[in-house]
Amino acid sequence: MKILVPIKRVIDYNVKVRVRRDGGGVETAGVKMSMNPFDEIAVEEALRLREKGIASDIVVVSIGVPQAADTLRTALAMGADRAILVQSEESPEPLAVAKILKILVERENPDLVILGKQAIDDDMNATGQMLAGLLDWPQATFASRVEKTGDGLTVSREVDGGSETLSLTLPAIVTADLRLNEPRYASLPNIMKAKKKPLETLSAADLGIDLTRRLTTLSIAEPPTRKAGIKVGSVAELVEKLRNEAKVI
Amino acid sequence: MTALVLLDAEDGAIPQTSRSAIAAAARLGDVDVLVTGGPETIEAAAASAAKIPGIRKVRTVSGEDFAHALAEPLAALLVALAPEYDHIVAAATAIGKNALPRAAALLDVQVIPDVMEIRDAETFVRPIFAGNALVTLRSSDAKKLLTIRTASFDPVPAEGGTAPIETVTPPACRSKSHFVSAEHSSTERPQLEAARIIVSGGRGLQSAEGFKILEPLADKLGAAIGASRVAVDSGFVPNDYQVGQTGKIVAPDLYIACGISGAIQHLAGMKDSKVIVAINKDEEAPIFQVADYGLVGDLFQIVPALTEALG
Repeated sequence: MKILVPIKRVIDYNVKVRVRRDGGGVETAGVKMSMNPFDEIAVEEALRLREKGIASDIVVVSIGVPQAADTLRTALAMGADRAILVQSEESPEPLAVAKILKILVERENPDLVILGKQAIDDDMNATGQMLAGLLDWPQATFASRVEKTGDGLTVSREVDGGSETLSLTLPAIVTADLRLNEPRYASLPNIMKAKKKPLETLSAADLGIDLTRRLTTLSIAEPPTRKAGIKVGSVAELVEKLRNEAKVI
Repeated sequence: MTALVLLDAEDGAIPQTSRSAIAAAARLGDVDVLVTGGPETIEAAAASAAKIPGIRKVRTVSGEDFAHALAEPLAALLVALAPEYDHIVAAATAIGKNALPRAAALLDVQVIPDVMEIRDAETFVRPIFAGNALVTLRSSDAKKLLTIRTASFDPVPAEGGTAPIETVTPPACRSKSHFVSAEHSSTERPQLEAARIIVSGGRGLQSAEGFKILEPLADKLGAAIGASRVAVDSGFVPNDYQVGQTGKIVAPDLYIACGISGAIQHLAGMKDSKVIVAINKDEEAPIFQVADYGLVGDLFQIVPALTEALG
């Protein structure tokens, strides 16, 4: 089985994101960039399927600026076999990303595409579902467990009331939730080996996909800040405040 | 302008989250609602939907394909109904977040998730970077597909209307995914998104056993119980308790955070609460920066004392 894992380069999870003073975006100068955490989980799941003898070939793909090659190298160091970078000037919207991925799927013929459920920069939570729609493939989003059963997959999903389990025929789309697995760290020898693994570079323009944004950003602002209140000295004081000042109990 | 709102129909009832989505859609124009479900529950769900005031009509689709809200048949249905509408709206619940982007791709539309403010028919505000920034954006798509951050819109009432009910024949859809089973956590408590008061616990509870200390307090307040990601990842409580960027987004009247440090990802899910109380032994914990009332100390003493004091 061949698995395609799309990954995104985003501002690192631990960076406190700040809105630029001109309102045109967030501060990225000198800010640490990393692989989207949900995508790390997706890569890890593909590696585990290979370790179980289910998957053979793992291809990672990223769409974005040339530096996204670094993110692909990280995935190669984790254990992916080869990488494809589709260069574009900025990060396209999920619909355009899904269209690019559809072309790559048609070229690579994977049996399974595993994506992170959302990127932690735009929080769109859409690319996997959109790709599934464009390909007319079944989808299991927010996955917490993936198993190969017979010719297909059995996937448990995190839903609002608990979890549910679906069966899917292959080829299929899975999007990874937080608790699917804990991604491994790349070891130094594997980081060295990753430098020699194949990384192919394409350009979004060559693929003939229109990247024009459907959503125009008018402004980006900081949310209204909530100011710290007071510290109370005792349970009795807390109850008094909640009853008589806040009037919520 | 006319909007179609896809409702989450749970065992014949329409949840508050869907009524918040209707409230949002009502700002865009006339509202039709779409109720889907298995043959056993569809009549009750349609009847509940028809009682919601301000709706033009209730459209219902039933069938085994729709019994478990799978994305493939729902997206195909939304695509079939789309020509009649300017906006297609759903609550940003597991069902809406699963089905709407798929439908949007089939319609060649960029979905707009987690809308927290509607400026006009094409201009929306949504959070990015775990709520650390709010983006105002304008859609150039002819049709708009939105999911609604339900904590940002007061729900319409559940009763008072008498909308007509119309049955729709769904398009043929050969689903390649099938429902196997559901493992729902059972609770007598209010749902997180609908609760007026939430008692929430984090790492400070130390164990599944320790977490139980919150139950008497929640019982006394008629509160829902929530949790931080750490508490869920550590196995103290099931995943559907999680409040935060990737869990549930809540805005109750009162949020009592017990032993929660206040990571950005958690704050993203609860900082719109009206009143926040933080109980934590670390007086430097970031949760105190957003709390209206902070109490520094050992929660294993404070929580029982608070339960007692509420008498």
